[in-house]
Amino acid sequence: MTLGTDWAIDWVRRSAAVIAEHRVELITLDREIGDGDHGENMDRGFAAVMAKLDDLGEGATPADVLKLVATTLISTVGGAAGPLYGTAYLKASGAVAGRSDLDAAALVEALTAARDGIVLRGKAEPGDKTMVDAWTPAVDAARSAAESGASEAEALDAAAAAAASGAETTDALVARKGRASYLGERSAGHRDPGAQSTALILRAAADAASAS
Amino acid sequence: MKKLINDPKNVVSEAVAGFAVAHGDIITVSSDPTYIVRADAPVSGKVGLVSGGGSGHEPLHGGFVGYGMLDAAVPGAVFTSPTPDPILAATKAVDGGAGVLHIVKNYTGDVLNFETAADLAAADGVEVRTVIVNDDVAVQDSLYTAGRRGVGGTVLVEKITGAAAERGDSLDRVAEIAQKVNDQVRTMGVALTPCVVPHAGEPSFTLAEDEIEIGIGIHGEPGRERIKLEPVDAIVERLLTPIIDDIPFTSGDRVLLFVNGMGGTPQIELYIAYRHAAAVLAQKGIEVTRSLVGNYITSLEMQGMSISVLRLDDELVELWDAPVHTAALRWGR
Repeated sequence: MTLGTDWAIDWVRRSAAVIAEHRVELITLDREIGDGDHGENMDRGFAAVMAKLDDLGEGATPADVLKLVATTLISTVGGAAGPLYGTAYLKASGAVAGRSDLDAAALVEALTAARDGIVLRGKAEPGDKTMVDAWTPAVDAARSAAESGASEAEALDAAAAAAASGAETTDALVARKGRASYLGERSAGHRDPGAQSTALILRAAADAASAS
Repeated sequence: MKKLINDPKNVVSEAVAGFAVAHGDIITVSSDPTYIVRADAPVSGKVGLVSGGGSGHEPLHGGFVGYGMLDAAVPGAVFTSPTPDPILAATKAVDGGAGVLHIVKNYTGDVLNFETAADLAAADGVEVRTVIVNDDVAVQDSLYTAGRRGVGGTVLVEKITGAAAERGDSLDRVAEIAQKVNDQVRTMGVALTPCVVPHAGEPSFTLAEDEIEIGIGIHGEPGRERIKLEPVDAIVERLLTPIIDDIPFTSGDRVLLFVNGMGGTPQIELYIAYRHAAAVLAQKGIEVTRSLVGNYITSLEMQGMSISVLRLDDELVELWDAPVHTAALRWGR
């Protein structure tokens, strides 16, 4: 079943809820190898998005929802995560502009555009211990699922599972981008908070799809 | 933790409010979004200079807004980059038709938020250039990190570039001079104690009573090594040697020597350090022709200092000496 605006809104709601629920966990991860504000900043950002959902007009498309998330996160999150997630949602919005229903191929396009936007903005590569290490396997898994005929919900579920294991792989990595990189070898043994929040948000997308 | 604050949540807004009242002859503060702007902005036909970043480094950057230096400063939360909205608003507020230069310290959050703001400004028809300051020699392996951090040299970039903009240089030329200063300055710092971010309420790291950290960034990020406390002359040499070797500075160079306090170190100690740094440079035939000593780019109440050395030429000397009138730096006017 293709996914429309109701799914996009449900994804936002579930993202806000899961980020709020994991706020302290994200703060703790970030305190270990960064500056300890990731959970606080993301929670503030998604709370701001929730407050703006009612502003969406009657004929809002999934792209409109994604754009609202993008502009709100950019103006409220701060740090590195604000521009990175903001760019991701903005590029995803652009990839599906004008469509009211998204099939699995469109979802793959949106996820790909989001990942490419993050790479363009943050200039991180896979293996640098950043959110790219969750996004890249997620995009790959969604694409191969969609190409073998998976449903929209199945493709997103594959993406979410791959993002979660991608986040786990950051535990062993030495950071080469972001503030954690100044720790050098001392950054190994800690999960990247951005990869962890990516896994949470993509799981919310999959859960919203199975519920719709 | 003992601090002269009310609610930790209001630290930045109350400090900015006080700054506005204290220096109303030089600057105006815009709230929602928050930025500090020259009272006479925009100056028609002049390149606008905007800097900013997390708060907690005062007087940087707000203390450097005024004639001959910055046109606007955008303060974020303590040690957190501002978002693009206030940067964009400040950029538009200082655009006098000659374009705007963003001066950005090389920290990932600062770079990304300024970059996003520059994109948005360009979409609104404002020409924006960016110079990234990355003068910290403590970061040795730039290839495997986010690169060298922007630290003490930022103050010198802002002063000299501000003078170039004030004399009417074009955006291209102002950006070129900013880049030149960044290319010719090197810095390294030391921490004796950590600092306490108000809303965190706990020290950002721990150091034993007899330990110091060599090569810290301006948030107390880890440096090159942790060693036992030594006499200041020995510490000065630990900071100065990598600085001299990096560019490298050589006999016959004329330089500006900047000894900066991290917030909790008294001026009397900074002058002891300056005395030895100047002697070490003189011994190598490097002539110190300009100086700056004091707390200009700080880490809250951290004890420690940074040493910056900037290689000068006639143009940089002229721009350094040019009049400046800001809350934290003032001469010639």
